[in-house]
Amino acid sequence: MKFKRKFLAIPYVIFLVGFVIIPVLFIFYYAFTNKAGQFSFENVEKFFSDETNINVLLISLVYAIFNTLICLLLGYPIAYILANKKYNRSPILYMLFIMPTWINFVIRTSATRDLLNWIGISTGSMSSITTMIGLVYNYLPFVILPLYTTMLKIDTYQLEASYDLGANKSTTLFKVLIPMTLPGIISAATMVFMPTLSSYVISDILSEFNVVLFGSYIDLYFNQANWNFGSFMAFIMLCLILVSVLISRKSEKGNEGGSVL
Amino acid sequence: MNEDIILELVNVNKMFDDSDSYAVENINLKVKKGEFVTLLGPSGCGKTTTLRMIGGFEIPTSGKILLNGKDISDLPPNKRPLNTVFQRYALFHHLDVYDNIAFGLRVKRIPYQIKDKKGNLVTKYRKYTKDEIDNKVMHALKMVDLEEFEGRSVNKLSGGQQQRVAIARAIVNEPEILLLDEPLGALDLKMRKEMQLELKEMHKKLGITFIYVTHDQEEALTMSDSIVVMNDGCIQQIGSPTDIYNEPKNAFVADFIGESNIYVGTMVNKKKVKFLGAIWDCVDDFDINEKVDIVVRPEDIVIDPKAKGEVKGILTNKIFKGIHYQYTCMIGKNEVTIQSTIDYEINKMVSISIEPDLIQIMEREYNSNTYQDGYIDRDNNVVFANACFECDITQLLKGSFINEDGYLVSKENKIYDLNDADVIVDVDFNDIEISDNLEDAIITGNIIQIIWKGDHYQVIVRTEDEEDFIVNSEYTWNENDIVSVNIKKENIKLKLKGDISKYEI
Repeated sequence: MKFKRKFLAIPYVIFLVGFVIIPVLFIFYYAFTNKAGQFSFENVEKFFSDETNINVLLISLVYAIFNTLICLLLGYPIAYILANKKYNRSPILYMLFIMPTWINFVIRTSATRDLLNWIGISTGSMSSITTMIGLVYNYLPFVILPLYTTMLKIDTYQLEASYDLGANKSTTLFKVLIPMTLPGIISAATMVFMPTLSSYVISDILSEFNVVLFGSYIDLYFNQANWNFGSFMAFIMLCLILVSVLISRKSEKGNEGGSVL
Repeated sequence: MNEDIILELVNVNKMFDDSDSYAVENINLKVKKGEFVTLLGPSGCGKTTTLRMIGGFEIPTSGKILLNGKDISDLPPNKRPLNTVFQRYALFHHLDVYDNIAFGLRVKRIPYQIKDKKGNLVTKYRKYTKDEIDNKVMHALKMVDLEEFEGRSVNKLSGGQQQRVAIARAIVNEPEILLLDEPLGALDLKMRKEMQLELKEMHKKLGITFIYVTHDQEEALTMSDSIVVMNDGCIQQIGSPTDIYNEPKNAFVADFIGESNIYVGTMVNKKKVKFLGAIWDCVDDFDINEKVDIVVRPEDIVIDPKAKGEVKGILTNKIFKGIHYQYTCMIGKNEVTIQSTIDYEINKMVSISIEPDLIQIMEREYNSNTYQDGYIDRDNNVVFANACFECDITQLLKGSFINEDGYLVSKENKIYDLNDADVIVDVDFNDIEISDNLEDAIITGNIIQIIWKGDHYQVIVRTEDEEDFIVNSEYTWNENDIVSVNIKKENIKLKLKGDISKYEI
């Protein structure tokens, strides 16, 4: 048999089917069946009838939105400075911002907990603050990375053109720089927003289980071997992610490149 | 007279933070209102830096930039009533044509005065209204022949159209001066020629001052009222296109603008100059025996096929160039380029003649390499231009020799310790050898300028420390070649600063 280029795709197709498509089908199956394996809307009813479930979902959304906003506010100027040769002449500074991701996630988060407690921000009594700090600390590199790559490609003459046409610094920021870097902002936002929704290690460790995010909620049900209800919540999350992807796709239209996803 | 001057640069210098030499050195320039001024020069000559300083994107290291008599050196670009057309257009890709052009109008605040309740005049600021913006944008689009393009995305326009949008975006703000940084550089030849004429037309219609940067001498000659020729951060000559072409101030200008034959000559008598092995009448007056540079344009040389004149040579080469033939004539060792519309046979003896007023004589910029800051080191070598050369220090004192301790001994047996003695070093152009063998070189440098002088090239080699060696070479080199510089021991001429007696021991 002659070797064709498309054969190179076989390993990935096998992986895709085994680890993405089949598990997603499993989620669908479990979400809409009861424990006896019969098709039912039992889980839908159960989820929307209990206020706690809705609250957990809303709280998770609030954490995800805040985390995204804070990361963007912090990461945007950092990425700008890192990508600007005038301020940053060596790649070392950039490495320093990316380096936390090289350390084991669980160790890093535990260390954050100890550090916060040590400086007096108690993970027990100020758990929402510590969770937020942990989330921002953890996701900041993922914001800096796509923003940095976008900013490297900035045409600085466009910024000069803006000043030349009479715009001051803030007008240039809002009317030129941010629109120019929008693709980077969108991919940065998606890289933070979606994983925050499903994260649970950070909130568990840094809030001593006071803050329950949607991810830990799902984990809770799976641990109790309630596959059906857990799957239904995973299904809801899938829907949320789908919506956020659609939104980012739409706003990305017309802008080429810059996206990491 | 002074009211006509819209922009004045006074002793402007610019040194970039990451370099230790001046990118722009001591620029003095006056621009008249409504003038079309071109800054012309090879890449790296400081023309763009000068324009960027006028635009406010660079702050001069020293010196003043005066706009209508007011110092604007430290004003940011958005506070200057100037607009720039950038080299690569720098259009906003997230905006369409209309919004690109309207950008400047939308951020602008127009002052107006009203009387408050107490009857005092108060200055307030307002935005342009939608209708005002609409009118101005449409007018600008018409100006650049892009009517009905307002809704297009700038990414879908051709290079020439993008260029027009960039011009419209600048002129819509009615700047006092329009700065153009090689705006036609990215266009193809035909498009460029069209745009040149259109820009000139636009300049006439708008009546505002244009400052234009280009490296294309033809473009400069076509469009400008006044040309500023720059090289190496300095202004070489300022003048009208005709002045610059017909009376170049130095060999660089002559070489850069148009084609030219450049020779080294000597003044032999009043208004008589010797070059190409003959004595010519000329109209310029210099001191007798002074060495001068001579420029003759190829179209100013007349060929006599009967060879009746005094200056004889052989036509060795003929190229048809459309409107004329270009000949190469060998007179002795010297090459002469001649342009003529008449078809002559080649490989025949001819004589040539040149009208006296077409021989342009210029003062020589350099007669030899002189280094003021040389010194003698412990091993009786000389250090200059940050390199150490072997030399013969006995030339400093007639009849002297060096004893075994390395000291200079005079005829009268006086001993001198010349370690660290300051000297002026002089080396003739002909005595420097350059080669592309960089191994065991004493010093290396970049070739920054090559000018053909009839029978040899005059090459300027610049070292990393910004020291120049001017070399006469028979060989062809390329600009930016890295070469090593060698000088024979006996060719280094030394002159002691101060009297030798102070080194006596």
